[in-house]
Amino acid sequence: MAQVYTRDMPVDIDATVMGNRRLSADYNVLAIDAPEIASRARPGQFVMMKTSRGLDPLLRRPFSIFEILRDDGGAPRGVSLLNKRVGGGTSLLYQAESGARLACLGPLGRPFEPVDPPAEAWMVAGGVGLAPFLTLAEALHARATPTMLFYGARHAGELYCVDRFETLGVRVVLATEDGSRGAHGRVTAPLESALSRRPLGEPLKLYVCGPTAMMRACAALAASHGRACDVSLEQVMGCGLGGCYSCVVLARDDSGRPHHTRTCIDGPVFEASRIVWDAVDAH
Amino acid sequence: MDLSLNIGSLRLKNPLIAASGCFGYGVEYADIVDLSTLGGVAVKGLFLSEREGHPPPRIVETPSGMLNAIGLQGIGVHRFIREKLPELRERRAVVIVNICGTTLDEYVEVARILSDAAGVAALELNISCPNIKEGGITFGCSLTGTHAVVSAVRKVTRLPVIPKLTPNVTDVASFARAAEEAGADAVSLVNTFLAMAIDVRTRRPRLSNIVGGLSGPAIRPIAVRMVYECRNTVKLPIIGMGGIATVDDVLEFMIAGANAVQVGTANFVDPFIWSRLLDGLRRYMRDEKIARLQDLVGTVDTTAREQAWISS
Repeated sequence: MAQVYTRDMPVDIDATVMGNRRLSADYNVLAIDAPEIASRARPGQFVMMKTSRGLDPLLRRPFSIFEILRDDGGAPRGVSLLNKRVGGGTSLLYQAESGARLACLGPLGRPFEPVDPPAEAWMVAGGVGLAPFLTLAEALHARATPTMLFYGARHAGELYCVDRFETLGVRVVLATEDGSRGAHGRVTAPLESALSRRPLGEPLKLYVCGPTAMMRACAALAASHGRACDVSLEQVMGCGLGGCYSCVVLARDDSGRPHHTRTCIDGPVFEASRIVWDAVDAH
Repeated sequence: MDLSLNIGSLRLKNPLIAASGCFGYGVEYADIVDLSTLGGVAVKGLFLSEREGHPPPRIVETPSGMLNAIGLQGIGVHRFIREKLPELRERRAVVIVNICGTTLDEYVEVARILSDAAGVAALELNISCPNIKEGGITFGCSLTGTHAVVSAVRKVTRLPVIPKLTPNVTDVASFARAAEEAGADAVSLVNTFLAMAIDVRTRRPRLSNIVGGLSGPAIRPIAVRMVYECRNTVKLPIIGMGGIATVDDVLEFMIAGANAVQVGTANFVDPFIWSRLLDGLRRYMRDEKIARLQDLVGTVDTTAREQAWISS
């Protein structure tokens, strides 16, 4: 049964870029001044960014809120986005300079539900799928929930902000496809052995975000090991508010019937067992 | 300042209507937009029963526009009346229900059911969706089909009937005339342009449905021309749409001949667009000393251009 989530009213801010930290030739962390969004955001929520002021690109793009930025007094001041340059809009966000203004609508979407101890939280991230987990890790840290992060990327140069998680007491397990750091291969391999070692009597919940193939594999592992699993899905979105029906995913309702379900307002966080994975486009 | 207009027996307080397919069932926006301030809310197209629509990907962005093939996913007319209409009434929205059918009988049945429901202000007949195979656009692409649907629905409802016309025909004005002759109270135009986008690396269409409907600023000049042609052909109120994103776009459509307009794609980009457009209309009326906005409709001045051409 899906938990009832009552959304806060999103706000649209003509937000100033406070900083742009380029992590590599493709990845950057963009800090934007948006206190009204930062103070309402919950782990796993997203914003819709207008990446240009004109007609190209025309539509907004969804981004997970990567960090809640706070001022010296600890008050929410802004949000940051983990951006990977893949197309026109994300290239503009990669290039954005401090002082630039970008329309930012949010917070949007169904957030993660952090588990409480003694249950453990195991986060599984692939590539830019790391984005929603820093805010979740903070929420779990505040609850004193024992937390792990299984984090995979193509190579060592694409593993970011690991120390940020470690500072929050998260035990981090890394994997790279070329073996340049952590386990050699997919992150699902160390996840599977960890799941196999964990006694069933010790409760645990998985939180997964990454490429479709990885999320599908994690959903299958969670099911075979009898563990709860939430996934954060990324789909092409037109509006982020439920108006356009572009971002649907085939998900089962409470009676088990599959429906095209809007990722923007019924997600982006879904119970993995509800998703009809064969119908999810690989990307 | 009078921004109001009439469509049949229905009075709209201003000419700004949320376009069907671009505003969910209205309730999705109820927390961020005061629905009662809009001229109307055209809700997502409804068939008799539920439809799942097309698999994703359903949209792709194109230069100054977007291509969509949602496939009229919808909850059906009965669930709409039960689950959405009460909140729309409570929010005092002027509800224009966009109705669909795969057969003539289905249009009639959906119209009949909605005519008995409290809180429906008008019916927009979707005879122009390019994304479904049966019904719909096949009526909208034939003059006799358009006439048949409009007159059949006309017989079962007292609500204003507004056929939504497709631009995917050679002469859209003749379809407006067919609708007028069949007893329509207004026409709305244009629906999206049938279009296609291909990923050159995979050589696959970017939409699961292969083709879709193009909307957004890219289509606006064509839509303006089509509204202008219809204004010269029919007396009916015209609801113009196609890429409206600014108050100047609204005014352009009205000067071309639209009595009201619908805004679709731009609402995705800016869900708070409505108050900006309303403020802009009021500012224009004040600056241009226009007391009644309807006086602007169809006032495009083509004489000077024609004379210049003749004398050159």
